[in-house]
Amino acid sequence: MSAFLRLENVCKSFGAVTVADDLSYDLAEGEALGIIGPNGAGKTTMFNLITGTLRPDSGQVHFQGKNLTGLSAARRCRSGLVRSFQVPQPFSGMTVFENAMIAATQAAGLTGNAAERLCLEVLDQTGLLDKANTLAGSLPLLGRKRLELTRALCTRPRLLMLDEIAGGLTEAECTALVGTIRDIHVSGVTIIWIEHVVHALLAVVDRLIVIDFGRKIAEGEPQAIMQSPEVQEIYLGIEVDA
Amino acid sequence: MSHRDYSVTRSSRAARVATVLGAILLVVLIAAPWWAGRADMRLMGELFLYLALASLWNLLAGYAGLVSVGQQAFVGFGGYMLFALTIFAGLPPVVAVLGAGVLGALIAVPVALLIFRLRGAYFAIGTWVVAEVFRLSFAQISALGGGSGSSLPTNIVRSMAASRDGRESLSYWLALGAAVLVITVVYLFLRSRKGLALSAIRDNELAAGSLGIDIWRTKFLVYVITAALTATVGALIFLQKLRISPDAAFSVNDWTAFVIFIVVIGGIGTVEGPIIGTLIFFALRETLADLGTIYLIVLGIVAIMIMLKAPKGVWGLIRARYDLQLFPLGFRVERSNNDKGT
Repeated sequence: MSAFLRLENVCKSFGAVTVADDLSYDLAEGEALGIIGPNGAGKTTMFNLITGTLRPDSGQVHFQGKNLTGLSAARRCRSGLVRSFQVPQPFSGMTVFENAMIAATQAAGLTGNAAERLCLEVLDQTGLLDKANTLAGSLPLLGRKRLELTRALCTRPRLLMLDEIAGGLTEAECTALVGTIRDIHVSGVTIIWIEHVVHALLAVVDRLIVIDFGRKIAEGEPQAIMQSPEVQEIYLGIEVDA
Repeated sequence: MSHRDYSVTRSSRAARVATVLGAILLVVLIAAPWWAGRADMRLMGELFLYLALASLWNLLAGYAGLVSVGQQAFVGFGGYMLFALTIFAGLPPVVAVLGAGVLGALIAVPVALLIFRLRGAYFAIGTWVVAEVFRLSFAQISALGGGSGSSLPTNIVRSMAASRDGRESLSYWLALGAAVLVITVVYLFLRSRKGLALSAIRDNELAAGSLGIDIWRTKFLVYVITAALTATVGALIFLQKLRISPDAAFSVNDWTAFVIFIVVIGGIGTVEGPIIGTLIFFALRETLADLGTIYLIVLGIVAIMIMLKAPKGVWGLIRARYDLQLFPLGFRVERSNNDKGT
């Protein structure tokens, strides 16, 4: 049986800038994978290539044994993978609940009462239930991040891809969010999580991949990876800058 | 509080009141042949057809973001199909009106495949070019009167109803029926799963695509449905006029500029907007029409004022002030137990 998600020699460049350089890795079902790397390393690009927002120049993406490479973003989402956006992309003219309903009806394929119950349940889980009738455009940052997570969960994903969802949150907010994400993982959802807030990431993931200049430069058990000199050099570099 | 204590509703008291009032109004309007004069019925018939055109353009531009300035292509096409189907195929006029709608959907498919390659302003210009191509093409068909047009033969006109009053009533009811049909279709479409997708696309295409919405297909569907209904309305317009010519059939002024005016002043992107807009447009037209060009200048000034001061139109102002929705499209989450709060 092939891997749950497999990237095979994925390459992408914009002109002279290489954003994905021969990226390959396997992900097993139920795993939680963390992705770290400096800004501009190609982490979000990798999400774009998996979800179909971008097409690779060469290489392939397989999900649950199916080759996704030629499929649209919408088809890929309906096949069970979903991402949150680093910069939240709410449907600003609609309420929080309606945002969730989009995911439940369009991606999860639910209708009527089943869709509404799922949305209420997920909103309860992500702590947005009391904001259900608020216009998404008027939410503050934490609310928007939670809405990204809510919408993603309402698609009932098999694979959840989180893009810097903990960035810009206070310590308390971050702890609550980590709790929610851990619950989601425990419930059986496979996770890939890009994050600069390393302690949040390490509380959830069981494997780390380090990316720099579009290349995978290290991969393995989180603590070991964080202590490797190569990673410390790159990673502490941005910590000092930030 | 747990999520089990919450429930979801799509209705509101305002909407229920509006349904009852709307039903009463509809009965009164259906009975118009017994209480209104011939001139009033003609005016109302025209108003209903404009209401239908405006609601369709609103669906297209206000919801699907397809800002077409070429919907006259389908109005004129529908009109010409009415003439062709009655004169050459011998169909009864009412059947030909429906036939014009079906043909409108068919012709919209290749048109969409062509113009969907264009974006934004280029799309708008593209639709206008298509409409001009339609106009020039129909001017070449000598069997339909070429550039000078033709009239609907009297035997076909008589086949609708024996008496003149009968014909006037029938064409009034058809216009009313078209407006009710279009508003119902638009409303039900927007409330459906596809309509939800459409609202998502309007707000954020990137997120919509990532949440499983096929953007191209949704817009294509809206374009074809809109074209079919616009062609149906076009057939009814020329069934009322009984005469067609390329310039009248494909007039950008009559079938697109006025329609955009109606939608913009009424409130784009709402079901209610085109209804208010149509009433305002006809009120202005009936009071100012004697003033000639000044009438058009006033229309222009009104449009500019609304765009500057109330970009969401008159209905947008009302909705912001009273939180009113006569055609409820949204969802409201409520506590299901009795203490609903204030």
